[in-house]
Amino acid sequence: MQKYSVFNLIKNAFNNHEGWEVAWKDPAPKNEYDVIIIGGGGHGLATAYYLAKEHNIRKVAIIEKGWIGGGNVGRNTTIIRSNYMHDENALFSEFGMNLWRSMSQELNFNIMFSPRGIINLAHSDAQMNAYSRRGNSMRLNGIDAVLLDRDQVKKIIPMADFSENVRFPIFGGLMQPSAGTARHDGVAWGYARQADSMGVDIIQNCEVTGFDVVAGKIKGIRTSKGNIKANKVGLCVAGSTSILAEKLNMTLPIETHLLQACVSEPVKPILDHVVTFGAGHFYCSQSDKGEMVMGGDLDGYNSYAQRGNLPTLQHVLTEGIAMMPFLSKLKMLRTWGGIMDMSMDGSPIIDKTHIEGLYLNCGWCYGGFKATPASGWTFAHTIAQDRVHELNAGYSLNRFNTGHLLDEKGLGTKTWIS
Amino acid sequence: MLHIKCPHCGLRSQNEFAYGGDASVKRPELNKEVSDKEWNHFVYLRKSLRGKHLELWHHISGCRQWIKVQRDTATHEIFKTFKASEEI
Repeated sequence: MQKYSVFNLIKNAFNNHEGWEVAWKDPAPKNEYDVIIIGGGGHGLATAYYLAKEHNIRKVAIIEKGWIGGGNVGRNTTIIRSNYMHDENALFSEFGMNLWRSMSQELNFNIMFSPRGIINLAHSDAQMNAYSRRGNSMRLNGIDAVLLDRDQVKKIIPMADFSENVRFPIFGGLMQPSAGTARHDGVAWGYARQADSMGVDIIQNCEVTGFDVVAGKIKGIRTSKGNIKANKVGLCVAGSTSILAEKLNMTLPIETHLLQACVSEPVKPILDHVVTFGAGHFYCSQSDKGEMVMGGDLDGYNSYAQRGNLPTLQHVLTEGIAMMPFLSKLKMLRTWGGIMDMSMDGSPIIDKTHIEGLYLNCGWCYGGFKATPASGWTFAHTIAQDRVHELNAGYSLNRFNTGHLLDEKGLGTKTWIS
Repeated sequence: MLHIKCPHCGLRSQNEFAYGGDASVKRPELNKEVSDKEWNHFVYLRKSLRGKHLELWHHISGCRQWIKVQRDTATHEIFKTFKASEEI
């Protein structure tokens, strides 16, 4: 594989940049693989990469209905964080933070990881207490957390609304200084390029139409490009999980919902951090191009539409303007939507299933992008070793049956309530 | 904006309603022994259909009645609405 470096950039400049190799090949599917990963998004590509790199399993195919990176890994608001209170979520996410920190070097692809810090604003004494508790839990798990008072927040984000007579005054906030953002497309492309170089077949425009299950064991899949045999199949299809589960006669504790995001016109640098509004659901950061990248609530009813509805967008941006009034002066550049696999307790599922050789990776709710490396790493381990790693032991499918829920937000089973 | 025809009030905008989820889920019978499996099925497992979906909505800023709506989850087309007590 051709290395991406300044030296190679200069060398290829003399050749009108016509000497670059393709980043990944476009092979036809073989008849049989050791492992098939369904879904060529961030999680699927990362899983294939770690299967090849950590477990030396290289006869792997990624089957993607559209093109790689065309789903939620290309539609998110790029936030990376590990500010969780529960041990299972905190340790899993912090393991991922370490993979993020070295990802550009490891993948030889600039994923523009920018640990600019995230601030969750608090708007009451009770919320300050809750953040204090969460921050202490984080620090016990080795994650950086700083509780900020009103004056400290004002120094960091003076453009937020600190006037006296506001409905939701800013009392302070919880900051994770090591959190940040990354170039989302680059993550998909970086994993794809490295996986391809280790022998993984990336098969695009290939829809899975069925599964071959014999005596409780998976034997292969049926696709629009023919049947493919494999004794191990992993699902990484986010909002489409329930559609494939139906073909396997499985009913899962997830619902598919639509989440919107939007960017404003680009403006000069004003916001250095990721900031979230604590009295609702709104988050915001500024991209390197200068756009304000914003998101918030789900549209609020089951949806596979991949496009949003205006009432939710209006609601979310009202919160944004309450937090930072200058946003009202900006023109909207783009809005879009993606379909989320909302689990019933807000935490993901990375586990084996009752079908031998079939593995499940789903339920990422609002937080799939930041989990990409840790999800790929633990899912690869689960598939290769046929047992869960201790990092994803809490993300079992059976926890809903036994009552061992991981309800970080304490919201219960209404996936559309945020 | 969805426009939902409340069987009690007529056509109203989505803003007047709150969503209530899959209407095909049946609670296990009262005063009967319920297994963990049945309870898991009732509380957590959802078909999450792509296409025709029967769901509950609450006309919370209107007549405050719960209603059933048959809607396409891919196109958002609303086929029919029912009173909560009506079967399709």
